[in-house]
Amino acid sequence: MSALDATPDLSTELGPLSLPHPVMTASGCAGRGRELAGLLDIGEVAAFVTPSLRLEPTSGDPPPRVVETASGVLSATESHEPGIEDFLAGDLPWLVRRGVTTVASVAGSTLEEYGELARRLAASPGISAVEVKLSAHNDDSGGRAFGADPYHAAKATAAVRRDSTAGRPVFAKLIPDVHSVVDVATAVVEAGADGVVLIDSPRGMVIDSDTMRPAPGVGAGRLGGPAVHPLAVRCVWEVHAALPGVPLIGVGGIMSGVDVLGMLLAGASAVQVGSATLADPTAPARILSELREELERRGVSRVEEIVGRAHELQGLEGVRA
Amino acid sequence: MTPSTPVQVTARVVGVKRASVYRQLSMVAPGIPERFRPGTFVTVRVGGDLSSRLLPRAFAIYRVRASGSSGGTVEIVFEVTDDDTRWLSELDAGAKLSVVGPLGRPFSLPREPVVCTLVGGGEGSAPLFPLAEALRERGCSVHMLLAAATESRLFGAIDAKRGSKTLLVSTEDGSVGVRAGVGDVLPTLIARTRSEVVYSSGPPQLLHAVASAAAAEGVWSQTALRTEMPCGTGICLGCLVPVVDEAGEPTMLRACVEGPVFRGDLVRWDELFERRGEPAR
Repeated sequence: MSALDATPDLSTELGPLSLPHPVMTASGCAGRGRELAGLLDIGEVAAFVTPSLRLEPTSGDPPPRVVETASGVLSATESHEPGIEDFLAGDLPWLVRRGVTTVASVAGSTLEEYGELARRLAASPGISAVEVKLSAHNDDSGGRAFGADPYHAAKATAAVRRDSTAGRPVFAKLIPDVHSVVDVATAVVEAGADGVVLIDSPRGMVIDSDTMRPAPGVGAGRLGGPAVHPLAVRCVWEVHAALPGVPLIGVGGIMSGVDVLGMLLAGASAVQVGSATLADPTAPARILSELREELERRGVSRVEEIVGRAHELQGLEGVRA
Repeated sequence: MTPSTPVQVTARVVGVKRASVYRQLSMVAPGIPERFRPGTFVTVRVGGDLSSRLLPRAFAIYRVRASGSSGGTVEIVFEVTDDDTRWLSELDAGAKLSVVGPLGRPFSLPREPVVCTLVGGGEGSAPLFPLAEALRERGCSVHMLLAAATESRLFGAIDAKRGSKTLLVSTEDGSVGVRAGVGDVLPTLIARTRSEVVYSSGPPQLLHAVASAAAAEGVWSQTALRTEMPCGTGICLGCLVPVVDEAGEPTMLRACVEGPVFRGDLVRWDELFERRGEPAR
């Protein structure tokens, strides 16, 4: 395709997974796929990421579970998560019939559970990739998140990689509340991750001024929305700088096509739209069309040619200085 | 009953008028009136394009008009209690609003022309008026009980007088109607009217009282539960309601998708109030 073509080539690759464009939906932010029927054609997103699947369904923290904050939302840490069997039997066939590229997010409480989840998925066609949720709490290390340090993050990733279908990509989704996101990313890639998802929601807190206690049901919850966007971009930037060959998926507060452009320039090959869909159920489709316009306006002919481009410009300035 | 597919539209405000302590906002929202069924709701983004507010606000639909000179209209009723509702109340005619709806599961209508009692609390009674109309169209006879703390907090008493066979008003302070809570007057009302179904909409404490009275009288009850619905579309799981399923097993359902209308006898009220940190009555 020449640079003069009016329509930019939006296709992108995440290791072995080819996507028609970079706009995916984030785990837990597009329901089980069918909730948004009529508002969003889930078949049009580059890939749909499932809510985090567990071996057994969890009912989650009691409501109220979502509190609005400045430019964001704080949600209960323990979500209401479907069991993997419910999903495979009840939801996956619906997604497959619509030709949706489905990424299964998995959350375990032990390494054995991650392995078992991977085995159940391996037996199931219709899954294009597996996303390892590393914000899940590890029962074997006092309830700390697997993603809190490189060692446990790598262990969980390896457990999923080992029992996943050969050739089916595994992505590790990292939490940003760590000393060095680069160290964790390096560890999960060495453990077999085909790509890294940056970032899972950082933890935040709101004190209710009436009760003078943390907001009920939320406590130290997960913060999403535009409030975390710069944090997500910084993490993508750092990991791309350290591991330039590793496919990255940027997630955190993406509200517009300009936000996607920023993520791509920082080093992400694709993005996931999360909280924006709570505000506007049509957000993924709108953001994609905005991205197309932003690329056209800048004369960008291929998405792939701008992945990580911000680093090059930075480098040139560095040379001049 | 499967809810019909909602639409997202840019609505145009027709006007905001006062109705005692409440505000009644009317907007042209093409596509929503045609899909509307009583009990469903809309979500509205507040604060305009430059707002950093992420979550929309949910409002029960009060009335729809399928076609006006410039398209179908939707009306919502609310009280000004915070910045969001103040912003809405100050909108001028012609202002644009991003609206999604109709959302949620509507009231189920009886197949037979039975006697129904509709119980509303405060502005929560709004969705009962289109319900009353739908019931009358099916040949049901409709009785209404409107309750509030005081006279100024009643909503729709004039509509109710026109649209129902009998109207009973109760206030906590006795400023109008009988001085009583709904739990005190409803059992007699159900017996006197020989109602077979009770519908309710309003604050959770009132709904609980209605569901208890209906269960005690052995009649069906359906309750439109007003609760926080952060996204309105079933994604955020911020509106889970503790219920028992039809087999009696405890479970949690989303008010925005599996509700907001629930069978009154299936809601685990004590747990609902405990989780909300509120007293049951």
